[in-house]
Amino acid sequence: MSEELRELYQEVILDHGKNPRNFRDVKDATCHAHGNNPLCGDQLVVYLKIGEGDVIEDVSFVGNGCAISVASASMMTELVKGKTIAQTEHLFERFHAMCTGDEDHSDDGTLADDDMDRLSVLSGVRAFPVRVKCATLAWHTMNAAIHGQDESTTEV
Amino acid sequence: MNDAAAVLSVADAPYDAQAYRRDFPILGETVHGKPLVYLDSAASAQKPRQVIDAVRDVYEHGYANVHRGVHYMSERATDAYEGARTKVREFLNARHDREIIFNRNSTEAINMVAQTHGRRFLAPGDEILISVMEHHSNIVPWQMLCEEKGLVLKAAPVTDDGELRLDDFAAMLTDRTKLVAITHTSNALGTITDAAGIVRLAHDAGAKVLFDGSQAAVHMPVDVQALDCDFYVFTGHKLYGPSGVGVLYGKEALLEAMPPFLGGGEMISHVTLEKSTWAGLPNKFEAGTPMIAQAIGLGVAIDYVSAIGMERIAAHEEDLRRYATQRLASVPGLRIYGTAPRKAAVISFSIEGIHPHDIATIIDHAGVACRAGHHCAQPLMDRLGVTALTRASFGLYSTQSDADCLVDALEMAREFLG
Repeated sequence: MSEELRELYQEVILDHGKNPRNFRDVKDATCHAHGNNPLCGDQLVVYLKIGEGDVIEDVSFVGNGCAISVASASMMTELVKGKTIAQTEHLFERFHAMCTGDEDHSDDGTLADDDMDRLSVLSGVRAFPVRVKCATLAWHTMNAAIHGQDESTTEV
Repeated sequence: MNDAAAVLSVADAPYDAQAYRRDFPILGETVHGKPLVYLDSAASAQKPRQVIDAVRDVYEHGYANVHRGVHYMSERATDAYEGARTKVREFLNARHDREIIFNRNSTEAINMVAQTHGRRFLAPGDEILISVMEHHSNIVPWQMLCEEKGLVLKAAPVTDDGELRLDDFAAMLTDRTKLVAITHTSNALGTITDAAGIVRLAHDAGAKVLFDGSQAAVHMPVDVQALDCDFYVFTGHKLYGPSGVGVLYGKEALLEAMPPFLGGGEMISHVTLEKSTWAGLPNKFEAGTPMIAQAIGLGVAIDYVSAIGMERIAAHEEDLRRYATQRLASVPGLRIYGTAPRKAAVISFSIEGIHPHDIATIIDHAGVACRAGHHCAQPLMDRLGVTALTRASFGLYSTQSDADCLVDALEMAREFLG
């Protein structure tokens, strides 16, 4: 088994992939969006409950996907719960940069140390360009929900 | 020894896949440090040296625009291009060269029929009948036409085995069915449909029939006169030829009656600023400079498979399909989708608890190239209750060793992710 593959499928990812957290809907969600990866047909829905002060009080997802996309969605829901929309968007920006290998923007030191640390287990996708969209689908979908769009696709 | 005896002895010789493999330079490549095991021929087949050399030869020794110049090179290119058309005609056993239209690929060929025959001859309320297991390229062009013309698109069901049963098909035909567009071999499941039965029933109902032969034409002999279908399409790149060239076969009378698809050079007889008249077949449907080198390369690909014999390729692939199916059955948690009685060497499967994309990524690192995803057949995936499958597809150069490598790689994926 190659190093690249071990880097991609770390234990943490396999764990989240098999036992995704917040894998449910949110009954009193204030917004949600459908995510679609036309390349592979994977689909998911991200639910958000946004409360006072633009704070994400609850977030969840349901759907089908590979280990990478499910793990990324699962970790995302854990990390953004309790954050404001501004903080969440900032985290997405950093995460996206990490996945695409854009080092200049991947860490500007303004995020809670832990968040990017935890997401760094997904940095293995950089060696697999076609899998980057798997890792970012849930995030794009969350972003679409926050901005009042019903749908997100990785073909953007 | 006379010629007939020589041909017979070649046909009787054992199928030597190893010898054919040596004709395909790419099969000597390594991927992630492992020898390439190419099991994605249904997506696009690799090219033999004969085709690669032929395309280079066109550009180095015989290239100019076709049907125009009176100079030597133009004549030579035109002869080669029209020679390729004759080879396609023989390959499909069509009556006339003018029934063979070159275009970009099967998708364009189907769109051509939709936008010319369909737009001209179908009326609001008329029905087009497809099946649930069509490739998107045999669904979307009809949806677009139906929306534009107020037609009704219907889809015949398939069984859980992925079989299109003739009685189910017949039940979908009505007196409004004007066109039937069905796959001859499913790209996702490998199911070979009962083409002769479909034509008989459709013609009895007064409908024309188009077959999407993208997969069928590469796996078995096709005879459009024996089938009596009205249109037949296939694409060059799946038949070991270059990408960028495809074929529409149509019965002459139908093609004659159809308006042109694209307007431009090459497809005209006479042009004035007020009005233009069209060229005869096949040029009427070949506006603009065609895919000259690609068509010539396709002709050479047809020479190549014909020299081996489509019957023998079909028999070899059937042996491989049986072998691979049996080997795959030994992988715990593996389920094959598509178990119709007649199948081409296309095997789609799932492994419990592992997503097809993860399978494909991991086996790729063992050098094994498989397709993972919805196979451009989302309605079929919905019918089967899955979002994605992994697909191994075999070609004339595939061997039992390829199937063994696949099974070993899948075991590795299970160990890693299972």
